Amino acid sequence: MKHITYRELPGRSGYYGLLGALALVVLMGFGAFLYMEHHGHYVTGMNNQVVWGTPHVFAVFLIVAASGVLNMASIGSVFGKSMYKPLGRMAGLLAITLLMGGLTVLVLDLGHPDRLIVAMTHYNFKSIFAWNIFLYTGFMAIVAVYLWSMMERRMNPYSKPMGFIAFVWRLMLTTGTGSIFGFLVARQGYDAAVMAPMFIAMSFSFGLAIFLLVLRAMEGGFGWELGGMALKRYKNLLGVFIAATLYFVALMHLTNLYATEHHGVEAFILMNGGIYTFLFWVVFVLVGSLLPLGLLYHPATGGSRTWITAASVLVLVGALALVYVIIIGGQAYPLVLFPGMEVSSSFNDGVVNSYAPSLPEVVLGVGGIALALALAMVAMRVLRFIPETMSDEAMQQYLEASKH
Amino acid sequence: MNETSEHTDLNRREFLTRSAATAGVALAPGVMLYSVAQARPADEPVSSAVRWGLLIDTNKCASGCSDCVSACERENGWGSGSTDETHSDAAQKAQWIRKVEVKNTETGHAFTLPMMCQHCENPPCADVCPTGASFRRDDGIVLVDKHICIGCRYCMMACPYKARSFVHETLTDQKPYAPRGKGTVEACTLCVHRVDAGDSPACVEACTAENHNAMLFGDLNDPASPIAKTVATYATTQIRADLNLNPGVRYQGI
Repeated sequence: MKHITYRELPGRSGYYGLLGALALVVLMGFGAFLYMEHHGHYVTGMNNQVVWGTPHVFAVFLIVAASGVLNMASIGSVFGKSMYKPLGRMAGLLAITLLMGGLTVLVLDLGHPDRLIVAMTHYNFKSIFAWNIFLYTGFMAIVAVYLWSMMERRMNPYSKPMGFIAFVWRLMLTTGTGSIFGFLVARQGYDAAVMAPMFIAMSFSFGLAIFLLVLRAMEGGFGWELGGMALKRYKNLLGVFIAATLYFVALMHLTNLYATEHHGVEAFILMNGGIYTFLFWVVFVLVGSLLPLGLLYHPATGGSRTWITAASVLVLVGALALVYVIIIGGQAYPLVLFPGMEVSSSFNDGVVNSYAPSLPEVVLGVGGIALALALAMVAMRVLRFIPETMSDEAMQQYLEASKH
Repeated sequence: MNETSEHTDLNRREFLTRSAATAGVALAPGVMLYSVAQARPADEPVSSAVRWGLLIDTNKCASGCSDCVSACERENGWGSGSTDETHSDAAQKAQWIRKVEVKNTETGHAFTLPMMCQHCENPPCADVCPTGASFRRDDGIVLVDKHICIGCRYCMMACPYKARSFVHETLTDQKPYAPRGKGTVEACTLCVHRVDAGDSPACVEACTAENHNAMLFGDLNDPASPIAKTVATYATTQIRADLNLNPGVRYQGI
């Protein structure tokens, strides 16, 4: 394999079965949206204290993962690592569809999704939300051109500069997503500049875990071959990204712990926050970070495809838990109007705000994931995104050829 | 001569009567308008020469009293002032103004105060609003344009005072001057419809009518106004002053 040849997804019955199942989930998500839109948000678990609920958890998860999945392409184009180049097209495609899935969930949870045109025509440029509208649409346009430069032979010379632009843009995009929370000066759980780089580290980890699962699904689904040589690099990289995420999360909490004014919210998240403390320590730290790190690096499990798959699934479970703790936990902790004072009112002042995800919210969020995967499947069926094979033998030849 | 004199006198009397009547007709509207002298003509834009403010004296604000809250509900058609929001639970129902009980656990000192939109000079809600639906008028009143609010709730995340509410269901029973709507965010308007007509907000009026006199409304920029004189004389507090938002609502006695 001196040159990589690409192919479409084979249109077997399994393909249409899976696509049909995903379409069904998308339809259910759309039904959940219609239900919430018709009745209003009283049918959700959201209220005037916890104003962003489960849809935002899924939306932020997907948007962060979208920018992270592009990394597989950037490492090939921008940093010239040949082992990653064959996957550039798939990475670009998944980046676009995951972002579409996330944005769909975000928009459908608005109080007025019918006013999307207003959001496109009225801008307040002091708002990071307004900036994000450009960062998101710009990302899709830039990655589309990047894909074109990779897939059209005459455009190939532009793939490196386009890859560079896409890489810089994705860093800005995730900075924008992290800053939605980082710029919230009023709330104890947010207001931290470190949230932007933390979201970038999270994106690396979430995106690669999703990518590995897609690759493993292709292996199992239609006998596509991914050699151990490539897989080993990818799984080691996932380990690095998990550690990087842990580092930034630890840094944010340590910084907060140093400031007495933040002791309340830190005690809430880390010690006595009930579900949020459980999700943070048990699901994110233990199950979603330390366990996969062990699985990926331990000699007994690090070489096993099954365990690498399991580790990727665990990373995503931990990812959802972390985003849940950030978004919901950050709002559950009461606003501090009078530091050091005990407050009470008819509007939940001074008490931990309650929130329980409702079924329509979860269905809408899962529908967004299904939409992202379904769009990717359709695109992979009609255009050549998948390298013919990534067996060790083929990769060896390709690496030799790319040296000369 | 007598006749002439009498005629002249009559003329003079008639002249004086007519003059007085004319003067009365000319002055009466002026005297009546004097009470609404602060009202801005409808065709004149809002000016930053005025900064509407509210001063709340917590020493006069009684625990358990919620006259200001009830007045706001009646005036603006939310809570008990409306038959709407029957589906929303307690945490989902809108609250434009609420009474907060505050206690210093170290010293035991306790006080109570009404909390509502603080009408900041630098409102974080307007900063984060993607469409510009949240905005501050030149006279300092912070409002939501219900026509371009997309219901993203980012302003509610940004407000340090939890002053804003999201409408969780369809509404039908509204006041024409205080429009509300499903899927949009709302908050205290400082009774902008009353202020523009030269009146004070409903909460202030109710507090004064009940002789509590804990709320003082007026133009902070006018050195002659009672509110400007009071804040110049006595120590007043802005809540979350550390954020440097310069709220138009100030408190005394905390």
